[in-house]
Amino acid sequence: MKHLRTSCTPPHSPGRGRLLAGLLALALLSALCSLCLGPVALAPAEVLAALFGRLKGSAAAIVLHVRLPRTLGCLTAGMCLAVSGAIIQGVLANPLAAPNIIGVNAGAGLLVAVSCAIAPSAAALTPWMAFLGAMAGVLLVLAIAERAGAARITLVLAGVAISGMFSAGIDAVITFVPDALNGYSDFRIGGFANLTMDQVRPALAVAALGLLAALSLSNELDLLTLGADTAQSLGLPAKGFRLLLLGVAAMLAGAAVSFAGLLGFVGLIVPHILRRLIGEESRPRLAASALGGANLVTLCDLLSRLLFAPYELPVGVVLSLTGGPFFLWLLLKQRGGRRV
Amino acid sequence: MIALNHLTAGYPGRPVLSDVTLSFPPGEILVLAGPNGCGKSTLIRTALCLQPRLGGEILYDGVPAETLPPRKLAQRAAYLAQSRQVPNITAGRMVLHGRFPYLSYPRRYSPRDREIARQALARVDGAELAPRPMPQLSGGQRQKVYLAMVLAQDTQTVFLDEPTTYLDPRHQLEVMETARWLAGQGKAVVLVLHDLCLALRTADRLALLDRGGLVYLDTPEAVFSSGTLAQVFGVRLGRIDTPEGPRYFYQ
Repeated sequence: MKHLRTSCTPPHSPGRGRLLAGLLALALLSALCSLCLGPVALAPAEVLAALFGRLKGSAAAIVLHVRLPRTLGCLTAGMCLAVSGAIIQGVLANPLAAPNIIGVNAGAGLLVAVSCAIAPSAAALTPWMAFLGAMAGVLLVLAIAERAGAARITLVLAGVAISGMFSAGIDAVITFVPDALNGYSDFRIGGFANLTMDQVRPALAVAALGLLAALSLSNELDLLTLGADTAQSLGLPAKGFRLLLLGVAAMLAGAAVSFAGLLGFVGLIVPHILRRLIGEESRPRLAASALGGANLVTLCDLLSRLLFAPYELPVGVVLSLTGGPFFLWLLLKQRGGRRV
Repeated sequence: MIALNHLTAGYPGRPVLSDVTLSFPPGEILVLAGPNGCGKSTLIRTALCLQPRLGGEILYDGVPAETLPPRKLAQRAAYLAQSRQVPNITAGRMVLHGRFPYLSYPRRYSPRDREIARQALARVDGAELAPRPMPQLSGGQRQKVYLAMVLAQDTQTVFLDEPTTYLDPRHQLEVMETARWLAGQGKAVVLVLHDLCLALRTADRLALLDRGGLVYLDTPEAVFSSGTLAQVFGVRLGRIDTPEGPRYFYQ
C-alpha cells in the first residue's frame, strides 16, 4: 500500500498552522464575495447590515433569501464532501477513493430518479430521497463488505458492484419514464441555484454533527492507517471503527448530496491535494480538507454565476474545469520529490 | 503473565497448530523458531486475540482473554506486526499512538503520554527522528520507531514478529539489545526469529514449532545439544564458546 503514497511534504512543518489559517481566511473571504457578488453587486457593508437585520428592502431580500442560503450551501457541501472523502481515503488507504466509491452517489441517484418518475411534481422530496438513498447505498455496501470480511479491497469492489447495479436501475427508470430525466439531470450535474434555507438547514445540522464526530475520531483514523493488526493490538476494534468512520463519511456526503446534487469531484481531489500539503495526520488533514472543500466549492460557484452572467454554468462543470488542471499541476510539480 | 493452555490455532477447518501449552514469564526472552509456515505468527496473533482461537485457553493473568475488552488486552500485551504500514505521519506521532490503549476522555494525549513517548524514542536511540515523517526514514529507522511505539505501550508482555527482517547486522543487534533491556525491566519478551544463530544466542528459552505443534521447549544449550534443530530445519549448526557466552554458526 505504501507505493500508493506519493506525498512527501514534512507533515509537521511549521507551515501547517499557517496553511490552516490561510485556508480559514480564504474561506471567510470567499464567503463574503459570494454574498456580495452576483447579478446585483452589493457592498460588503450592505451585506453585513442585511445579515444583522439592519437593512430592509430588496438588497436585504437578496442577501437573506438568495445569497445566504446559497453561500451556506456551498460552504457546507464543500466541507462535507471533502471531509467525507478524507475519511474514506484514510480508512481505505486508497488515494483514489471518494464518496462515490462506497455507494453514495449511486444510492442517492437511484432514489432521486425513482422519486422523479413517481412524483415529478414533488420536487421538495428530492433532498430527502437523496439523503435516504445515499445512506441506503452505503449501508448496503458496508453490510456486504462486512459479511465478506470487511477487507479494504472487498469494500471497494462491493461499492463498484452496487454502483453498477444502481446505475443500471437509474437508466431503466429513465427509459421507462423519460419525463423523470428533467428532474434527475439537474440533480446529477449538481448546483446551488434556487437554494432555500429550508433545504440547507437540516443538512447543516447533519454536517455539524458529522464533522464533530470525524474530528473526535481522528486518533482512531490515524490508527487505522497503521494497518488492522497494529490498530487492533493497540486496543482499537479495527473492523467496527472502520465501519463507524465510513458511516460518518456517508452521513456527511449524504447531507451534501441532499441539496447540492452529485458533486463528485470535490470528495476526490480536495483531500488528496491537502494530504500532499499537510501530511496524513488525521486531525489537521480533516480540518484542512473541510476548509479546502468549502473554499473550492464556494469559489467555483462564484465563477459559475459570474463568468457568463446573467447565465449560470452548472457548478459541477466549473469544479471539474478548474480543480482538474490544478490537481494535474500539483502531480507534475511534486513528481521530482517522490519518495517511497 | 500470559499463558496458553492446550491451544489450537489456525483457521476454521484448517488448524495450523494444536495442543500448544506455553507461558511467557516476566523477565524472559522466549524465541519462537520453526520453518516457514509452521504457525509462529499464527500463534502470536492468536495469543493477542487478533484471530479467534480454535480450542484451548488463553489466560491473561489468570483471566480468560476473551472476557477482556480490546483496550485491556492492549494494556497487557504489545505487538510488533510482521507487515508494517508506513503512514505519512511523523515518527513522534507514531510513537505517541503507542499510548492509545490508555487514552481516555477528552481523547487527547496527556503531557505524561507525550513524555513516555519521548523517552521511548530516546530509548531506542531515535530521539532526533521525532519530527520526521515516516516515509522519509530508512528501514532501520522505521523499525526503531515501531519498537519505540511498542515501548510506549508499556505492557507486561511484548510480542515482536520477525523484528530483524530486512535490517542490517548492526540494526539487528540493536533490536536484540532492546529486547534484552526489556527483559531486564521485568517484561516477558516473545520473539519470532528466522536467524537460528541469533535466536540461540539471544533466547532464554527456545520454542521450536514444527508439523502442527510445539516440538521442543528448553534453553538454547539444551535445544542445541538435543539435535532437534537438525531434524526440524535440516541444517547443522556449530558452536564456539567465547568470553561473552556461546556463539553459534551454520556448518
